[in-house]
Amino acid sequence: MEFLFSHLLTLILFLPTLFALVLLVLPPKEVKLIRWTALIASLIPLGLSLLLWFRFNPALTGFQFQEQITWYDAIHSMYHLGIDGISLTMVILTTLLTPLAILASFNIQDRVKAYMILFLLLETGMLGVFVTLDLLLFFVFWEVGLIPMYFLINQWGGANRGYASLKFILYTMAGSLGLLLAIQMIGVLAGTYDMQVLFKVWPGIQQGMLFGLPVGTVKAVAFWAFVIAFAIKVPVWPFHTWLPDAHTEAPTAGSMLLAGVLLKLGGYGFLRLVLPLFPLESKMFAGTLALLATLAIILGALGAYGQNDFKRLVAYSSINHMGFVVLAIAAAAWAAGTDNAVIAMNGAVLQMFNHGLSAAGMFFLVGVIYDRTHTRDLNAYGGLFALTPIYGGILLFTAMASLGLPGLNGFVSEFLVVRGAWPVFTLATALSMIGLFFTGAYVLKALKKVLHGPLNERWVGHLPEIKPREMAVIAPLMVLILSIGIWPSWILTVINHAVSMWF
Amino acid sequence: MIMNTLIWLLPLPPLLAFFLIVLFTNRSNRLSHTLAIGAALLSWAGAMYVFWGAIHVPDLAQNPIASAINWFPTGNTWFRIGVQIDPLSTVALFFVAWTILMIFIYSVGYHNYGQPKGDHDQPGLPPHGATLAGKDGHEHHVPSIEPMYARFFAFSSLFAFAMYLLVVSDNLLTLYIGWEIMGLCSYLLIGFWYAKESARNAAVKAFLTTRVGDVFMLLGLAFLYSTTGTLNYHEIFGNPALLEKLATTGSGILGLSVAGAIGLLLFLGTVGKSAQFPLHVWLPDAMEGPTPVSAMIHAATMVSAGVYLAIRIFPLVSAGWIPGTPLNTTMTVMALIGAFTALFSATIAVGQNDIKRVLAYSTISQLGYMIAALGVGAYTAAAFHLVTHAFFKALLFLGSGSVIHGMEHGVLHTGKHVDAQDMFNMGGLRKKMPLTFWTFLIGGLALSGFPLVTAGFWSKDEILAGAFNGGHLVVFITLALAALLTAFYTMRQISLTFLGKPRTPAAEHAQETGWTMTLPLVVLAFFAVTAGWAGISSSFPGLGRLVPNWFEGFVGTMLAETETAAAALHSLVPLFTSLVVALGGLALGWWVYKDLPLGAADPLQNVFKGFYTLLKKKYYLDEAYDFLFVGPSHWIADVLTAEWVDRKMIDGFLHGVAKLALTLGTTLRNFFDLPVVNGTGDALGEGVRNFGTSLKVIQTGRVQQYLIIGVLILVTVGILFYFLLTLSLI
Repeated sequence: MEFLFSHLLTLILFLPTLFALVLLVLPPKEVKLIRWTALIASLIPLGLSLLLWFRFNPALTGFQFQEQITWYDAIHSMYHLGIDGISLTMVILTTLLTPLAILASFNIQDRVKAYMILFLLLETGMLGVFVTLDLLLFFVFWEVGLIPMYFLINQWGGANRGYASLKFILYTMAGSLGLLLAIQMIGVLAGTYDMQVLFKVWPGIQQGMLFGLPVGTVKAVAFWAFVIAFAIKVPVWPFHTWLPDAHTEAPTAGSMLLAGVLLKLGGYGFLRLVLPLFPLESKMFAGTLALLATLAIILGALGAYGQNDFKRLVAYSSINHMGFVVLAIAAAAWAAGTDNAVIAMNGAVLQMFNHGLSAAGMFFLVGVIYDRTHTRDLNAYGGLFALTPIYGGILLFTAMASLGLPGLNGFVSEFLVVRGAWPVFTLATALSMIGLFFTGAYVLKALKKVLHGPLNERWVGHLPEIKPREMAVIAPLMVLILSIGIWPSWILTVINHAVSMWF
Repeated sequence: MIMNTLIWLLPLPPLLAFFLIVLFTNRSNRLSHTLAIGAALLSWAGAMYVFWGAIHVPDLAQNPIASAINWFPTGNTWFRIGVQIDPLSTVALFFVAWTILMIFIYSVGYHNYGQPKGDHDQPGLPPHGATLAGKDGHEHHVPSIEPMYARFFAFSSLFAFAMYLLVVSDNLLTLYIGWEIMGLCSYLLIGFWYAKESARNAAVKAFLTTRVGDVFMLLGLAFLYSTTGTLNYHEIFGNPALLEKLATTGSGILGLSVAGAIGLLLFLGTVGKSAQFPLHVWLPDAMEGPTPVSAMIHAATMVSAGVYLAIRIFPLVSAGWIPGTPLNTTMTVMALIGAFTALFSATIAVGQNDIKRVLAYSTISQLGYMIAALGVGAYTAAAFHLVTHAFFKALLFLGSGSVIHGMEHGVLHTGKHVDAQDMFNMGGLRKKMPLTFWTFLIGGLALSGFPLVTAGFWSKDEILAGAFNGGHLVVFITLALAALLTAFYTMRQISLTFLGKPRTPAAEHAQETGWTMTLPLVVLAFFAVTAGWAGISSSFPGLGRLVPNWFEGFVGTMLAETETAAAALHSLVPLFTSLVVALGGLALGWWVYKDLPLGAADPLQNVFKGFYTLLKKKYYLDEAYDFLFVGPSHWIADVLTAEWVDRKMIDGFLHGVAKLALTLGTTLRNFFDLPVVNGTGDALGEGVRNFGTSLKVIQTGRVQQYLIIGVLILVTVGILFYFLLTLSLI
């Protein structure tokens, strides 16, 4: 018990990998065994992170559940873990969505063993980014998360998977290069990779010359290296075009985790590293960031509205929703230390969590209908509400969460973002309303084409209702969506304490 | 304490009914409607209790019954939400509770509860009727039950929940939540028969058109919240110092004060929700939903919510304005939009043949009245008209539904299909459907403002008086003209529907509807008459002295003293005007349409040819919007954003980079790797191999030869050493 509590983060982090190794020795023919082992393997971290949630004390400042072991002494890098309210929220999101994604993958027939191993490795990669307090380790996990996803898209993806997976990995790698250099530079100059130390030391380095250049310039370059890496991941316009391809071609569960968690790595990078490490630069370039965020909100929504492929439409919606996260980050960067910043940050973190729920749900529901019809063309559906009323109701519910209907989760976070950003970037906030309007337009377009309208006779008798296993995937998401919409303070209390501490 | 708890509980029964029906009872029609109506009844009873308690609280406006809880943290503070009953919410609660309950009861009959299942009805389409073998051996056609009966009650319950939530909430954010949930419900219910192309388009149109207003409203909320740090009614509207400050601070937007700018943003929400020009286009199309839904949207919930908001924020909008002085910008905008909408949609109503569409445009027109009233500062008149209108418009819609139901019965009976909603197919229904006729007549007269006996007269008269006494002649004349047209098209509707002789066999065989439908008509007719007595103006000759103006005394306390001090001028001009336009319009309508034969064109068509077509086509606004907004936004989304920017520009650039890298790689390979790197390497390798090959000749495998080679090497080395040694020794 003692060991359990003192190594909670390590256990959550590496249990999936451990189970991946177990899977490795299972006979590939035992598909059922492999599936259930994988599911259980992902449920244990969920249970542990619930334990984490209840043992976490939001009122404390600083990081909790810290673990620290020497790792790479020669360059002062350590295996250092710890969480605050922001990372805790993301950990919960990850450990929640992974079992759901694995359960959603129970219909995968092809090379199940490899598939499940990749998912478990992916979980470790994603969790690592959220729980590490060492900059170098951050980068390691950042890259580790990339590889399984590449193979998942490349091997189990749709028709255009080769192109999509290559675009995904090259794009992210391109961002990582700058990130690695910037991290190295910080590490060399500060003599440590420990984030807690860096948060104190690094922003203070203002005078003098580095590499024959003024410190300000070097820091600005490093800032942009960070920003671009994270902006690609979020993604911020105009770095977004990998996303519709990757999300559309990925297998259903892959899309769930891509949209649900992987995009949050970018947002988390902004919150955890960019704002604390580069407060001055963040403020200097906040306007640019706000502009890009507004463009992401507007053009993401317009892009979604322009699609006739159901999955692509949902993929574009992520750009639109994550734009609000970046808008809040920009506002907080500009107005650091004010109420506006705190409210905007509350909105940003909650919006990440909310988008994780609703986007994963939407991708899953697209997958459900794709499994049955083998098409994603919106014009090929029509009037399906009559055939599958339960599925229709669930789709309606989830789509409304994505639309930001008050009473469901998305509204709370969007309201907080708009409220926080309005006094800071009034024009950008006002313009982002165009995006919010078109959010309505594309969500209704999807519902209109899938559920409503004259029944497409082609599907009569070929469209079974949603199955219990599929209900088990979507139900937890729906419960959370509703509970945050009605009573947001259970999660916002945790977030609020953390962001009040930082901003 | 009991009161406080009760107010919290008011919205819950319908919400609970919604979840229970969706999750558990959706297969049982009886259980579902029992749940829904039971919930509506509970909320109604609670609302009446609260209403009764509230009107006996002295100084309710200053000391509203309120309680609040923390909802979510914002830094060191909490955002609090709660419930509040003040005079405005009290009267709103009254009409909301009554109309919702009546509409729910009515829906049972409207959706043919108790009738057999249709022969080939399917979910998503209105029921087509069932065939029964009668006792006499003849087959006959009867109406069939709605295939999605339970779903209707589920959605309606959610709708009712949202409206109750909106009315009891004490802050603008929970109001907005109820507001938007109603948007969803209107979408679901307008598109209830979703398999109809027209219904699904109307649903999307309703949601998106109102959303235009909603996004502005959201900005208004953010603006207000960030300026004042609260969204609570009492803390903002009941705080003169704060309002004063907001009214005197410039916002930097269009030269408006902060109060004006926020007021305008919030008002745009009303423009969408209450279907004011130019966002009115969704409301007539909302007729695609079942008729009880129309009544919900037009009276009990949706559009009333818009006006309710406008009344709520009036202290903010009018901050710094003193009655008798020129209106501020936001008020002017409200007055002009309201008055224009009132007249504009009244003209369209004249050209419509669909019984429900006429009513739809009349709603827009009446809402325009309320907005205009607020614009000119006639606060209580607006609230009063909101209440009376809710009653008589619910009555009219339910009445029209009853007419359509009766007509459909006739259509099924005769087997000859005619449009059951076209008034030119009706006529003479007063004898077939007496109860519907008399109640509809009461509603119609109330809408026209028939003097003394109808509620509509008293509230409309107050608005006209407000506009005239405030000196806003343009508004006054516009509203008076609109009132004339209202009386005219109402009488046109009544004449075409009920008077004269039946024009079609269907009308000949129309039948009065059952008690579940007529009972609500009678109840609402009662209020369409009596609601007016609560607000008889004290300056009305004779009656004004006898009957106290309870409404003014109750709701009027919502405003600070200075604002209620109505203009001193009490002229009889508005009273005479309203008498003349109401009676004149009614007489004219009767005279023109009293005995129209079958197939006759609308008499107006002969007189104003081109203009009539313009009215019939609703001034071509739908077409104009399609051309100006819908088409371009499709192009911007499909072509510009998704295709050009993303695929061509950004991806084009990326592919260019990829291509460049590939070309560079290939070039390097062809011109450096292959000739230089590989060339050198190859040459080296080749050289070594050649050398090896030439050495190969000595590897023969014969020991004698190896010995000879060994001896030779030894001798050579020995000689070399010898020389080297001797040389070094020298």
